[in-house]
Amino acid sequence: MIEFDGAGVEVFVDGPRGAGTRTLLAPVTCALTEQRVAVIGANGSGKSTLARLVNGLRLPTSGSVRTCGLDVASHGPAVRAQVGFVFTDPDAQLVMPTVIEDVALSLRRTVRDARERADRAAEVLSRFGLADHLHTPVHALSGGQKQLLALAGVLATDPRVLVCDEPTTLLDLRWRRVVDDLLDGLTAQVLQVTHDLDAALRAERVLVIDHGSVVFDGDPGEAVSSYRSLMAVR
Amino acid sequence: MTTWSSPLGLYRPGSSVVHRAPVWLRLGALTALAVALVVLRGPGTAAALLLATVALAVLARLPWRSTLRGLAGVLVTAAALFAYQTWQRGWAVGAEVSADLVTMVLAATVVTATTPTDVLLDLLTRAVRPLRRLGVDPEAFGLAVALMLRTIPALGDLFGEVRDAARARGLERSPRAQLVPFAIRTVARARLTGEALTARGVGD
Repeated sequence: MIEFDGAGVEVFVDGPRGAGTRTLLAPVTCALTEQRVAVIGANGSGKSTLARLVNGLRLPTSGSVRTCGLDVASHGPAVRAQVGFVFTDPDAQLVMPTVIEDVALSLRRTVRDARERADRAAEVLSRFGLADHLHTPVHALSGGQKQLLALAGVLATDPRVLVCDEPTTLLDLRWRRVVDDLLDGLTAQVLQVTHDLDAALRAERVLVIDHGSVVFDGDPGEAVSSYRSLMAVR
Repeated sequence: MTTWSSPLGLYRPGSSVVHRAPVWLRLGALTALAVALVVLRGPGTAAALLLATVALAVLARLPWRSTLRGLAGVLVTAAALFAYQTWQRGWAVGAEVSADLVTMVLAATVVTATTPTDVLLDLLTRAVRPLRRLGVDPEAFGLAVALMLRTIPALGDLFGEVRDAARARGLERSPRAQLVPFAIRTVARARLTGEALTARGVGD
């Protein structure tokens, strides 16, 4: 469960027009209990800021956020142990030279023995259809394979909540389907920031964000209509 | 865009003598070689150490084609160094300096190709543990080394993208059009990587 209690984010800006604060996200209050939640909105509207609040990658400057019952500001490491995060660009997320080593990195916190870690990583990769690429250099994978690997690395630790920040934006249709099917089959709670309205329609609850504020929160069909109307006005 | 081919950081599973040697021995030999390259002088010694390292690479059964492709940048640099040093200080120094460079990179390649990064990370973390009292974080140190191995090809790819973008706009002869975006994107990538590591709980 993810709970926002008046959680907002403001940043200090010192630009040519002078110094001041800018609101990235106006205070949000809601409790997300559904297993599939989508967040939609225009570029720069505050979707990623909201997603980053969930595991403490960004801390609220007002209010608070609780994930799995823990306050993200005071229990950051404990929250991140239970919350996986997948970024838009897998290149930024994959930090080890080869495929198996990247998944093993995720397991370092929980599996002490190196051989057992390698076995577990190989097992995870075979579940994700990457068994033929265990020792392939990460930079030699295709974009879809990289995103799949990023997901494998995050899901290797069995998180209770998975936050995905536009995980399919850079993928072609085939890989988009693969990633969508994978996300749909998870038992963990999934909060997905997306521009893919089909994916949003498959969620149980959708938040629409515009200019840093949640302007709609509820049924996916109505949320998508609301978002289309917002974009049509512009 | 062409994919950067770096010799470092790519583990190649195998059962050669080098693969089976203890990791501490491989790293110890690499350190000893580095010291020998600095201390021992003369083109004859440099050539002997280079030959010994080539023999090790053969023993480790490194695939020659991809290893040479990965070493291409180093070989070009070594050739330029040889030319400059020969002009400035004579052929003996030129041969020694360029051979030493190739030897060191090839030896490091042998170590990374025969050692999984995960194992390397474990060993480095253990080795640095006594320095914890001085404020050194062993996990962070080991991770920094592993990240460096991954970053070399990633930066190569990034430079390829920036160069292609400059070419597409007819700016292939402008160093500024390539170096400035490369520096900015490198910093952006570093920030994203830091964020991703935090998200994965690494260093928590």
